[in-house]
Amino acid sequence: MATPMELEVNGKRYAVHYPPDTSLLYVLRDELGLTGSKYGCGEGQCGACTVLIGKAPRRSCQIPVSAAAAKPITTIEGLEKDGRLHPVQQAFLDAGAFQCAFCTSGMIMSSVGLLQSNPNPSQADIVQFLQGNICRCGTHPRVIEAIHHAAKTMQEHGR
Amino acid sequence: MSGRRGNFAVEAERYEFHAAPMHQFELGRRDFFKLLGAGIAVFAIAKDARAGQETAPGPKAFHNEELPKDISAWLHVGEDGTVTGFTGKAEIGQNIRTALAQTVADELRVPFESVRMVTADTALTPFDAGTFGSRTTPTITPQLRRVANAARDLLVAAAAKEWNIAPEGLVAADAKVTDPASGRSFRYAELARGKTLAQNLPAEDPVTPATQWTIAGKAIPKVDARAFVTGRHQYTPDLRPDGLLYGKILRPPSFGATLVSCDDTAAKAMPGVVVVRDGDFIGAAAPSAHEAQSALNAIHAQWKEVPQISDKEIFAYLKKNPAPDSGDRFRKQKGSVEEALAGAAHRVDATYTVAYIAHAPLEPRAAVAQWADGKLTVWTGTQRPFANRDELADIFRLPESSVRVIVPDTGSAYGGKHTSDAAIEAARLARTAGRPVKVVWTREEEFTWAYFRPAGVIEVKSGLANDGTLTAWDFHNYHSGMSAIETPYVVANQRTEYHQVSLILRSGSYRGLAATANHFARETHMDALSRTAQIDPLEFRIRNLSDPRMRAVLDAATKSFGWPRKKTQEGQGFGLACGYEKGSYVATCAEVAVDKASGAVRVVLLTEAFECGAIVNPDGLRNQVVGAMIQGLGGALFEAIEFENGRIQNPHFATYRVPRFRDVPEIEATLLDRKDIPSAGAGETPIMAVAPAIGNAIFDATKIRLNSLPLAPNGVRTS
Repeated sequence: MATPMELEVNGKRYAVHYPPDTSLLYVLRDELGLTGSKYGCGEGQCGACTVLIGKAPRRSCQIPVSAAAAKPITTIEGLEKDGRLHPVQQAFLDAGAFQCAFCTSGMIMSSVGLLQSNPNPSQADIVQFLQGNICRCGTHPRVIEAIHHAAKTMQEHGR
Repeated sequence: MSGRRGNFAVEAERYEFHAAPMHQFELGRRDFFKLLGAGIAVFAIAKDARAGQETAPGPKAFHNEELPKDISAWLHVGEDGTVTGFTGKAEIGQNIRTALAQTVADELRVPFESVRMVTADTALTPFDAGTFGSRTTPTITPQLRRVANAARDLLVAAAAKEWNIAPEGLVAADAKVTDPASGRSFRYAELARGKTLAQNLPAEDPVTPATQWTIAGKAIPKVDARAFVTGRHQYTPDLRPDGLLYGKILRPPSFGATLVSCDDTAAKAMPGVVVVRDGDFIGAAAPSAHEAQSALNAIHAQWKEVPQISDKEIFAYLKKNPAPDSGDRFRKQKGSVEEALAGAAHRVDATYTVAYIAHAPLEPRAAVAQWADGKLTVWTGTQRPFANRDELADIFRLPESSVRVIVPDTGSAYGGKHTSDAAIEAARLARTAGRPVKVVWTREEEFTWAYFRPAGVIEVKSGLANDGTLTAWDFHNYHSGMSAIETPYVVANQRTEYHQVSLILRSGSYRGLAATANHFARETHMDALSRTAQIDPLEFRIRNLSDPRMRAVLDAATKSFGWPRKKTQEGQGFGLACGYEKGSYVATCAEVAVDKASGAVRVVLLTEAFECGAIVNPDGLRNQVVGAMIQGLGGALFEAIEFENGRIQNPHFATYRVPRFRDVPEIEATLLDRKDIPSAGAGETPIMAVAPAIGNAIFDATKIRLNSLPLAPNGVRTS
């Protein structure tokens, strides 16, 4: 049965009507039109659907919408502020850390989550944290480079 | 729509040897200017629009078709100075949108930012057989360059006419035509104003040589990169036209199963649900994906299944079951192989096998279809928009002019998106629903109902003289394909043969096609031969090679690797491989570490040198080369499709292992820029030497010769 509930996404509140076990990803994409989060597998294996719930990166395809209602949600669309890219977005842009870019929003959201909990990650930290994000184009080295660069920028600017 | 599968022979996809029908471009001159506004347009009638779309070498029958007089590319300079280039190629992550815009800007002498490329839209762009075979750079780049060159001539002539002087001596630069004598100038935008001038391309215009490129050859970032890092770019699955329904297809339980009976009463009774049954096709569309899935769950279908070959018996089957019609066969021979084998000082014979693997593009197959006034528009991530259009027209019995296929920049393909399955499914549902329908395949559907890189068996017999000269080479490939089947080494007595086998699993193109399988067998075999001859593997190759471009990549890759290296740790091993295909050269060196206790293999370092003539965009090229190396590592070490009883046993990312961050070694890619050689494509060749280099490194570490891909899905048994 569809149950009315409220979600806070990128600082906006939305009333949604979906069965409580519907995945957050479907609600974001099909009801709210926030299509930046991607369906890559629907099994929590590829990371293309990663969003932040509170400060934690989560696979939105595996989160029932009812479980996401308690905390603020940030999607890729919510990172840019007043036309300025988030330092992680800027770092991906500067490093050319994408090819087809279908994994990119999930990569960026995971990276933002990583840098919030670990502002100065080592190479090994990055590899371990992003193990659940698949890039089929093989752009991994540039993603790692972008995260190192974003970490530096964020530390310099105290973000 | 009965006989749905029957209408699209899946085998037509095989090895990219499809001969598309000829098409005339339908957008008239008047429509063209209506669409883009006044300006100056130049069209290329390409004599080579379709030549060489296939991968060489191939059977003769595919090469001698009459070449069409087709428009292959065009360009428009608008009244506001905007330059628009048109090509039927699709952007699938290989960065052609950027590279082609660079070429146009370079030749037309305009800022890069003023050029936009319209790609892969059957209503707007010239016919194109498809984005495959590494053909965009070698065919479309020179055509756009000639078109841009002709447009520049037209603009110069227009300025000369305005000034009433001769065009000679006028200079085109910075989107302006300048008269150096007087210092006066016209902007291109001014010259285009009020004109509707369309011209065919003069036969052969001299174009700017690579040594004088100013915008091409530079590491210009991906066009519209900001849309990708902000999530704004809309891939096909992101499209949401008004009134959209979500479609789901009921799949058979196994390959080849036929429908016996079907009860869809309950599904049809669901509010808002449209159920379509047409032959063996059963699908549902609903206002949400959730409701569409619920409708499918409520359909009770019975299927008749047929016995199938399993992965356990596939290689024996391939050897014993030649295709009944083996006209599609490659055979080449010189000298006397039998005599040379008999007289060889050393003999090495071996059999190699290659498993089926999946492309697993992160964007699954998807399409949005919309009918209006008997016309069909489909947005879909495909490498072959025109072939998709033809298939749709054929199946729905429409003239081609009533079908439009548009390809949004797509979340990768790697050769896996040639077919129009999702497009047909969405269109069929949308026709009954009377509303637009979106079909996005699930990951499991993607792993099951797409197609695979074919499995294969390769048998090699070879002979050496005492001094390490290769004297005999007998190479037989069963089923996996003909790409790069011929040896680049100098051998007096050689026979190369491709043996066709009927399809077991639905198979088709994959990045590099069979070049990876053929290089795996050949370069592993060369390594084994070098060991028999007791010659360093690099020295052994150089001794048997004459091509200086191959030597150059070997030299660069081994230099960057530090070949020959001394082992410093237990379990360490070094290997190399090289090859040539589709106009470009590659050499790869690998360092592996094999854990003695567990047998786990870790690739520590890959160095690769790649040469594809003059480099159009070194940054995009590096991305493609490094990406191919990482993708190649998956097929080398652990990727394999498992199947039994017509079912895929590992149709998930949890069970079909692809390279992840932890698998990625240190990588060094060296790009050799040969400005004296026309640019070749680079999407495929960089993948093909990775597997043999890794396998040879594993041998160096363990003295165990692995002759099957994947090499070590569960590690190497060292005891």
